[in-house]
Amino acid sequence: MRNPSLPAYNFAYLDEQTKRMIRRAILKAIAIPGYQVPFASREMPMPYGWGTGGVQVTASILGPDDVLKVIDQGADDTTNAVSIRAFFAKVANVATTTRTADATIIQTRHRIPETPLAHGQIIVYQVPIPEPLRFLEPRETETRVMHALEEYGLVHVKLYEDIAQHGHIATTYAYPVKVEGRYVMDPSPIPKFDNPKMHRSPALQLFGAGREKRIYALPPFTDVVSLDFEDHPFTVQRFEARCALCNAQEVYLDEVITDDRGGRMFVCSDTDYCETRRSKGSQVGGLPQHGAAKADWEAAE
Amino acid sequence: MNSEPILSVRKLEKRYGNFIGCTDVSFDVWPGEVVAIVGESGSGKTTLLNCISTRMERSSGEIRYRMRDQRFPDLAELGEAELRFLMRTDWGFVHQNPADGLRMRVSAGANVGERLMAIGDRNYGDIRSRASDWLERVEIAASRIDDMPVSFSGGMRQRLQIARNLVTHPRLIFMDEPTGGLDVSVQARVLDLLRMLVSDLGLSVIIVTHDLGVARLLSQRMIVMKSGRIVEQGLTDRVMDDPSHPYTQLLVASILEN
Amino acid sequence: MVTDNPSVMAGAPLLSVEDVSKSFTIHLRGGVRLPVVANVTFEVSPGECLVLGGPSGIGKSSILRMIFGNYAVDTGRILVRDRSTGDVADLASGDPRLVLSLRRDHIGYVSQFLRTIPRVSALDVVAEPLLTRGVERKAASNRAAAMLERLNLPSALFNLPPATFSGGEKQRVNIARGFMIDHPILLLDEPTASLDETNRDVVVGMIREKLAAGTAILGIFHDIPVREAVATSILDVAAFSTREAA
Ligand SMILES: Nc1ncnc2c1ncn2[C@@H]1O[C@H](COP(=O)(O)OP(=O)(O)OP(=O)(O)O)[C@@H](O)[C@H]1O
Ligand SMILES: [Mg+2]
Ligand SMILES: [Zn+2]
Repeated sequence: MRNPSLPAYNFAYLDEQTKRMIRRAILKAIAIPGYQVPFASREMPMPYGWGTGGVQVTASILGPDDVLKVIDQGADDTTNAVSIRAFFAKVANVATTTRTADATIIQTRHRIPETPLAHGQIIVYQVPIPEPLRFLEPRETETRVMHALEEYGLVHVKLYEDIAQHGHIATTYAYPVKVEGRYVMDPSPIPKFDNPKMHRSPALQLFGAGREKRIYALPPFTDVVSLDFEDHPFTVQRFEARCALCNAQEVYLDEVITDDRGGRMFVCSDTDYCETRRSKGSQVGGLPQHGAAKADWEAAE
Repeated sequence: MNSEPILSVRKLEKRYGNFIGCTDVSFDVWPGEVVAIVGESGSGKTTLLNCISTRMERSSGEIRYRMRDQRFPDLAELGEAELRFLMRTDWGFVHQNPADGLRMRVSAGANVGERLMAIGDRNYGDIRSRASDWLERVEIAASRIDDMPVSFSGGMRQRLQIARNLVTHPRLIFMDEPTGGLDVSVQARVLDLLRMLVSDLGLSVIIVTHDLGVARLLSQRMIVMKSGRIVEQGLTDRVMDDPSHPYTQLLVASILEN
Repeated sequence: MVTDNPSVMAGAPLLSVEDVSKSFTIHLRGGVRLPVVANVTFEVSPGECLVLGGPSGIGKSSILRMIFGNYAVDTGRILVRDRSTGDVADLASGDPRLVLSLRRDHIGYVSQFLRTIPRVSALDVVAEPLLTRGVERKAASNRAAAMLERLNLPSALFNLPPATFSGGEKQRVNIARGFMIDHPILLLDEPTASLDETNRDVVVGMIREKLAAGTAILGIFHDIPVREAVATSILDVAAFSTREAA
């Protein structure tokens, strides 16, 4: 129900024609998993770095009954996540949540929730640079041909370079994947820790790049394989520590600085996951409250 | 004598609007043969090379290439995918300016390994050892394998470009003034290397040069071009020692001084 | 190649030059035509050493160069006969690939001057004809070294490029290279011109060995003692000259 006291916004901000255009792009993207579909990206009332591509995708698929969750680096409470959530609450009047399991649509920057996504859920990724070949081939005309002809040797050149310079594949986020054995795709700057979560996920995964005007998608149960070498196979980061708050293991941890004398601890990057565990009683006693400043170690979008 | 040409060019023409880049060009290249295309700047050498190597679209004429499976199609009949595959496996292209043929922002090893990865080699150790072998073959210390080409001298860059091209054991190499940008002393080393590799690997080469000394050293056969046309062709030493066309005589006379 | 089986017999000429003529047109001098020789006709058989005679500039070297395919022929035929099959090829047709294959398998040539290649050592210059014929590198180097030793080239020079060698040293490298392969036909253009007596005698010995082995040799020797030591017959090129004054 629309609040009659508000000015006459279009539902979810975008006009119906724009949403139809974007939905057509999304449908095409779903039909060709991993393929970057161009779309006419619109100006949004926020700067590009804020995920305007993801916001337009979300705006186009949002219905009045959807429940929206927005995360940034795993957290629901950062400025970016809070603003986008507030934006949709206002222009679409949809319900919002921080609970992964309760959301029908999750817009994300830089993480996939730890709680496995379910059939019927949609995850929308904010993408800064959609082109995985851009690193070595700046010409758009050329990268397009390379995708068309499946010429993906260059991706391995980058991985080779990693091993040569660092002794191992040092790419830790935006780690390139091959989709359904066909298109090489940039999964957006999620940590490679999250790459396996994309593989055969029952959720629909949509990727929106606003500045670069590209949409791509992974329909449910799509094969998503991280590229590697036979003798340097893909591996995810492993954390020695457990979450200092909920004692979780095998989850993606952030390093948190606790004081100015070098004190630090590791906590779940997925705030909802951590809180849910703690509310169910998985607690580690006597430690500071979660919500301390996060080490902003990943490159900002 | 190998009786089947690897490349056959017939009545090739390239027009830039009304201007003729090259016209009425016909010749064959046989396996293991080095053919030099000589002529002064503007005579259409590079246009011809670019048309044959499909880097540029021809206006008319035929260019046939003997595929590994012995088919002999006109290159225009091949799809883009097949053509590009040919270009990074069966062919090589050595540019005058190494920066045009190298990735300057990735290491020497990755530059050499790129073609291997392009054809599906997925073993890092194998790619690296083959890259290192090739660096040594072009007289670059294997210890430089992780250095960027920007840190290399002009001669080293050119040798790296050669290694990068040869790693897939191509059968046909195009070269456009491969020693043009180098100091004379550096030139001699690159030429010597090319001469050895070409004969060791039995490569077919089409080399464009305005330097008749380079042509004499590397090629068995020579094509002399003037204003976009072939004015004389034949055995390299015959063309240079007994040139018949006025233009060839002029070219040869101008180098006999040294 | 044309099969010409009746001629497969010992002693049949390996080289037949028929009515060959040659002139140069010098375009840089207003197209002046420089006639050199016409109606050149002779044969060379296995074991024969035919020596071309006549004054300087008469066209001796030009005839050798035409037979090697280095100069084009205006008219006439240069027939090269395969010793074992009897097949005959006309080199004067000028087909580069035919010329190259005849050079590989049939015709050796020792030019008046060695053309040096930068960075390539004397030993490698001499070994190269073996290497291109598939002889293994070590064996090729050994045979090249033996040949250079026979010609008394100081072994200190073996691994240096001949560019800085004396005229006689260069010429010995050139001879060594030309004698490495047992071509049925051997063309020699004043191979001994810049040699001392000792080395001249070595070369005479080498030529005699080739003749004994059945090589057909066509040579130019200004050196009277050498000529007398090896020639089986002498042909005066003046007879073919088209010059008003020699
Ligand atoms: N490439 C050439 N271009 C023009 N003229 C040439 C060429 N080669 C030889 N000539 C000319 O042809 C004539 C014959 O020269 P050639 O070298 O055959 O004489 P030659 O009998 O071997 O003399 P010499 O005994 O001095 O070596 C000379 O007038 C020479 O100047
Ligand atoms: Mg002479
Ligand atoms: Zn936790």
